[in-house]
Amino acid sequence: MEAKLRNPVRSIFEQTRREGTVVVNIGPSHPATHGTIQIIAELEGEKVVRADAHCGYLHRGFEKECEAHTWHNLIPYVDRLNYCSGLINNFAYCEAVEKLMGIELTPRCRYLRTLLSEYSRIADHLTCVAASLMEIGAMTGFLYLVMIRDFIYEHLADLTGARVTYTYGRIGGLARDLPAGWLARLDEILDQYEIFVGRIHSLMDRNRIFIDRTRDVGVISTADAIDWGFTGPILRSTGAPRDLRKDTPYLAYAELDFEVPVGIKGDNYDRYYVRMREMDESVHMIRQLMDLLPDGPINVDDHRCTLPEKRLVYSEIESLINHFKLIMEGPQVPAGEMYSAHEAANGELGFYIVSTGEGVPYKVHVRSPSFVHLGGAHRLMEGFQLADIVPTFGSVNIIGGECDR
Amino acid sequence: MAPDELNVLKDGMRMLVIEPAGLLGTVQRLKSEFQFDLFLDVTAVDWLGKSPRFELVYHFYSTAHRVRVRLKTRVPEDDPTVDSLVSFYGSARFMERECHDMYGIVFRGNDDLRAILLYEGFVGHPLRKDYPKDQEQPIVPYRDLAAEADVGSKAA
Repeated sequence: MEAKLRNPVRSIFEQTRREGTVVVNIGPSHPATHGTIQIIAELEGEKVVRADAHCGYLHRGFEKECEAHTWHNLIPYVDRLNYCSGLINNFAYCEAVEKLMGIELTPRCRYLRTLLSEYSRIADHLTCVAASLMEIGAMTGFLYLVMIRDFIYEHLADLTGARVTYTYGRIGGLARDLPAGWLARLDEILDQYEIFVGRIHSLMDRNRIFIDRTRDVGVISTADAIDWGFTGPILRSTGAPRDLRKDTPYLAYAELDFEVPVGIKGDNYDRYYVRMREMDESVHMIRQLMDLLPDGPINVDDHRCTLPEKRLVYSEIESLINHFKLIMEGPQVPAGEMYSAHEAANGELGFYIVSTGEGVPYKVHVRSPSFVHLGGAHRLMEGFQLADIVPTFGSVNIIGGECDR
Repeated sequence: MAPDELNVLKDGMRMLVIEPAGLLGTVQRLKSEFQFDLFLDVTAVDWLGKSPRFELVYHFYSTAHRVRVRLKTRVPEDDPTVDSLVSFYGSARFMERECHDMYGIVFRGNDDLRAILLYEGFVGHPLRKDYPKDQEQPIVPYRDLAAEADVGSKAA
């Protein structure tokens, strides 16, 4: 009979390093860790001496599953990586495939994707800030932010048919154009956003309790942050203005006016403030994009990836065959490899794809910011209090779906 | 030297293909001379039926020059071992663990190659091409807490 396995998670330290410390287990299912993440911590009194974060509870074999589906059919899976900002995942993935196929997007699609990426970023940051406020007791702040987020979700459901899992990107374009009146409602929501976020600023920014819980807690320096692979708001909170939208512009970001907000100390307060400021910048960008948005088609005119019009599928044989081939065999992506990265809400979201010239990918790999951030999360916890794990973890914003894939 | 001297591909990515033995030396130069300070990613591609079978793909980013570089090296099936980059980048620790989980690549020098996305007791490496997608895994038996407590009390 085979030997019984021990706890499936083996900590790097099962025993305390010295007398006077104790090892405690937090999670994987714990009310304060949104997402199933396990942290094993060695405590000296209330102070965390060592921490070992463990993930994998949400692993669904995303990358393996991708190898069995056509390039188009895995877009719904991509939604489920970072489920707070599914549209950014859609567009980052589609861009990797488009680059490999050598496709140039139509202007309307390019601007629309930029607009929706920023809109998604707002929803993601709202979720992150709301959850971290709630975890330290600020229930009003949570409700204000989640209210705006719900406006956005309902508004995106109008466009895509789903609140969270949009499946709206298509290789070479988008699923459909904007419905009538969508931009007018967008304008209303942005106005509402400003009112509600103004309330958050006045509730939180100079709030004694909030500052005590977040200032100088979970501090990381720029050099350490880069060493541990941190990107996105966490790296910017340390004072480094590193943002892919500025550094390696993609979509329509080169034509937009926006700032890259940075923090001073790299602590929880800075991460809160950087996210709040980034949302303001996103609103500023969306307003510019609403003016810039040109008319025209949203899908490229390329039979290799774009489905023919239904009217033609039913009336001519070429379009019927084209439709059939695209659905049954998938778009034929030229052999090669491509790494394409977008600045997602949490950091650099990269897709590394390998094609052998067929309708299904040979390999799809996601460089997910959450996973890399979890690898360095112990640096933000060690040396601080046990109670600080909760706000620190909230400010890192690890999304289980993206971390575990 | 500037990063422009590296081989630049059509899509703007710089690429280097090296022997596994030269990995540490190359990464050392990339980091110190070319300022590739951010280790983005490591993964493998399983070219089943070809030799050497596994292709390791690294991506680095230079926050100063704002460019990426891709490093590729191949290791054989019977000895899929390569040097670890933990001495250069802290972030390598986690990403190499994932690659070890999924492909069974051994990173020499990374002392923490515990299962990360999988669990202890998982048989095989799921992203290898010869691992069937519908493969089932043995059920992990419950921990025998009473026996463990017994052992613990005896040890004490």
